[in-house]
Amino acid sequence: MTVLALQDVSRRFGPIEVLHHVDLALEPGQVHALIGENGAGKSTIMKILGGFLDPTEGQILLDGQAVRFASGPRAEAQGIVVIHQEFNLAADLSVAANIFLGRETGGWRLDHQAMRRDTAALLDRLHSPISPDTPIRDLSVPNRQMVEIAKALSRKARVLIMDEPSAVLTHREVGTLYEQIDRLRREGVAILYCSHRLDEVAHLADRITVLRDGRVVRQAMRGELTEDGMATAMVGRELQDFYPPKGSHSDRPALQVTGLTVPGKVHDVSFTLHEGEVLGLAGLVGSGRTELAEGLVGLRASTGEIRVNGQPVAIRSLRDAFASGLAYLTEDRKEAGLLLDKGLRENLTLASLSRFGHLRLDTQAEDVALDRATREFDIRAPSRTMIAGKLSGGNQQKLLLAKTMLPDPRIIIIDEPTRGIDVGTKAQIYAFIRDLATQGRSLIVISSEMTEVIGLADRVLVMREGRIAGEVTGNDMTEDRIVRLAMGVRGEAA
Amino acid sequence: MKPDLHTLGPLIALIALVILGALLNPAFLAPANITNVLARSAFIGMIAVGMTFVITAGGLDLSVGSMAAFLAGIAIIAMNAALPGLGENWGTIIIGMGVAILGGIAAGYLNGALITKARIEPFIVTLGTMGIFRSLVTWLADGGTLSLDYGLRTLYRPVYYGGIGWITWPIIVFALTAMAGEWMMRHSRFGRHVEAIGSNDRVARYSAIDVNRARLLTYMLLGLLVGLATVLYVPRLGSASGGTGVLWELEAIAAVIIGGTALKGGRGRVWGTVVGVLILSLIDNILNLADLVSPYLNGAIQGIIIVLAVVLQREKRTADER
Repeated sequence: MTVLALQDVSRRFGPIEVLHHVDLALEPGQVHALIGENGAGKSTIMKILGGFLDPTEGQILLDGQAVRFASGPRAEAQGIVVIHQEFNLAADLSVAANIFLGRETGGWRLDHQAMRRDTAALLDRLHSPISPDTPIRDLSVPNRQMVEIAKALSRKARVLIMDEPSAVLTHREVGTLYEQIDRLRREGVAILYCSHRLDEVAHLADRITVLRDGRVVRQAMRGELTEDGMATAMVGRELQDFYPPKGSHSDRPALQVTGLTVPGKVHDVSFTLHEGEVLGLAGLVGSGRTELAEGLVGLRASTGEIRVNGQPVAIRSLRDAFASGLAYLTEDRKEAGLLLDKGLRENLTLASLSRFGHLRLDTQAEDVALDRATREFDIRAPSRTMIAGKLSGGNQQKLLLAKTMLPDPRIIIIDEPTRGIDVGTKAQIYAFIRDLATQGRSLIVISSEMTEVIGLADRVLVMREGRIAGEVTGNDMTEDRIVRLAMGVRGEAA
Repeated sequence: MKPDLHTLGPLIALIALVILGALLNPAFLAPANITNVLARSAFIGMIAVGMTFVITAGGLDLSVGSMAAFLAGIAIIAMNAALPGLGENWGTIIIGMGVAILGGIAAGYLNGALITKARIEPFIVTLGTMGIFRSLVTWLADGGTLSLDYGLRTLYRPVYYGGIGWITWPIIVFALTAMAGEWMMRHSRFGRHVEAIGSNDRVARYSAIDVNRARLLTYMLLGLLVGLATVLYVPRLGSASGGTGVLWELEAIAAVIIGGTALKGGRGRVWGTVVGVLILSLIDNILNLADLVSPYLNGAIQGIIIVLAVVLQREKRTADER
């Protein structure tokens, strides 16, 4: 009954073999989760199944017949639809135009009404309030994701391949996504689901395949693998010390914020960050966490009083923030963090060039700094002259952390420290963060992953609709408490 | 550091052209001809060096040809006006030079401010100022020609025709500009910022770089270099009209692109630009010296070279991605 399968598939890029004899079968009405660290070969498998890449050895079986997809559209004609992590949407076209892109209805004249109607029906099914006429440009990232899902639904998929679909969705939208997945499963669609969120895999998957270094290391049915077991299988070692032990911090305030307001986004936020403390900042996507951070460091216009080490400071630009010893690590690594087409050195020193020579930049000193950063943050780069875009996500994140730390800030705000990176690197980054706190630096960690906030932070502030909804410490730091505050739910039972 | 194909390709083309020229006509390698080619390249060359910074930062300036004509016009008017008071001496000429250079910086500031402060697309802004400068010089010349006083012209002449040995001043100034430009792009913080902004301006902003200031400075630098080119150009003819500097902007942009600077920004090659300028001038020169192809086809051949240069760069790109 297998719809689509890989049989003994290997794939080489030049001399490097990225997949070794992989077997994988997708059954109708089953959600098959594919997990593994970055670089384990998940995207290569998805590309081969989606018809974007041919295997070097082995075969693809569609309904038991060996097939060779020359390109994406041919696989799609067979009902195999891929939802990519990077969106495939034309920003200036409307939602309806995007959903019907390449399959427009109507003759010489497009049947706008029919497309709009069908789009509205699809969006309705997803409980999405988006209007079919809105240009993609005006949609938020989660809404764009919903459009991608709607687009896949409209393709009447037999096989649906999803690459981390929930990574950018809000809590409620993730719920809708799960509903839709359940519905598709009932309709007999075979789903391949790639995710870094093990809780979600445990919740959704009927069958789990774990990849490590291009090999299938474990296949299991629902319930056979705990989250811990999955992580262990992915990394190939026990993950007992996933989160570093928490430390103690001083009572000396490093940063005092009073009445910080970012017009339209953050309202009257006050808090204190102590020296050596890791302060978690939780909340739903859109609750104003990033905006609060950006307002604090001068990337957004804001009002309110900010004191660093008790002294009031005026921060009107990021440069002012640097001068006061603040630094901000963006959540948007690819678009705001790193120059993907530039070298490691250029990226590392970009925010602190004034330390490398007054008139003439001292490239030797920059190289020394790069050597140090690669050592300190364990950046694994095959070559030091390579461009940052060629690094894996985890190594990019380490490079970004090194870049942020180069000006030697005392107060560091880290927005989504581990988004889209593998488990092994995650643990490393947690250790770095704790180290920084032990050195007496003060950190604010913004994260959408509850377990991360709880595992890492000494204290957690929860934001909701641009305000601080509450604070949790010690034994109160539970997922339940935080979710309640974030969603504005009172009472005990959910 | 490894020499990369983007700079090497144009250089090979340049050497091939030199060999071709020498084979077709022995007069090609005569010092007089070389001086001629280099001096003619100098104006576009200086502008193209400035243009390299503007394009690398993700901008564009279509107004430079008109700006040169306008600056030549006001410099001549200023010198003629200063003549009765100051007399026929270098003081008067220095006033003219000052007007051209300061005027250039001001014009660059105007372009840059409209782009960074009023947030209008560079293409639109400079298309507008291109028309404005061109129209202003035509108006100042009343549809005719603005001529520098004859005596001043004689005094000023050596700035274009004189020099050290057979190397004339425009060549020297062009060479110095190119060296300074290369140094700035490669070794200064400003150059690094310009490349970062063109590569991804959000990343630059999140790295505490004053993006608007750097962008504005690229336009002012270009204005300054247009002014400098004008200072060297005026003594050549001693006049300016509505026809001065026509299409210079496109030649400058073409030279930048041939030289391997990406039109979308992020990667600046000042040496490449110099090579690009020389390639364009050499094609013109060789067609004039040899009877192989009609010189009227000059534009067509240059057009092919531009498209070819971009195609070759793109092929390198995809090879990278594999």
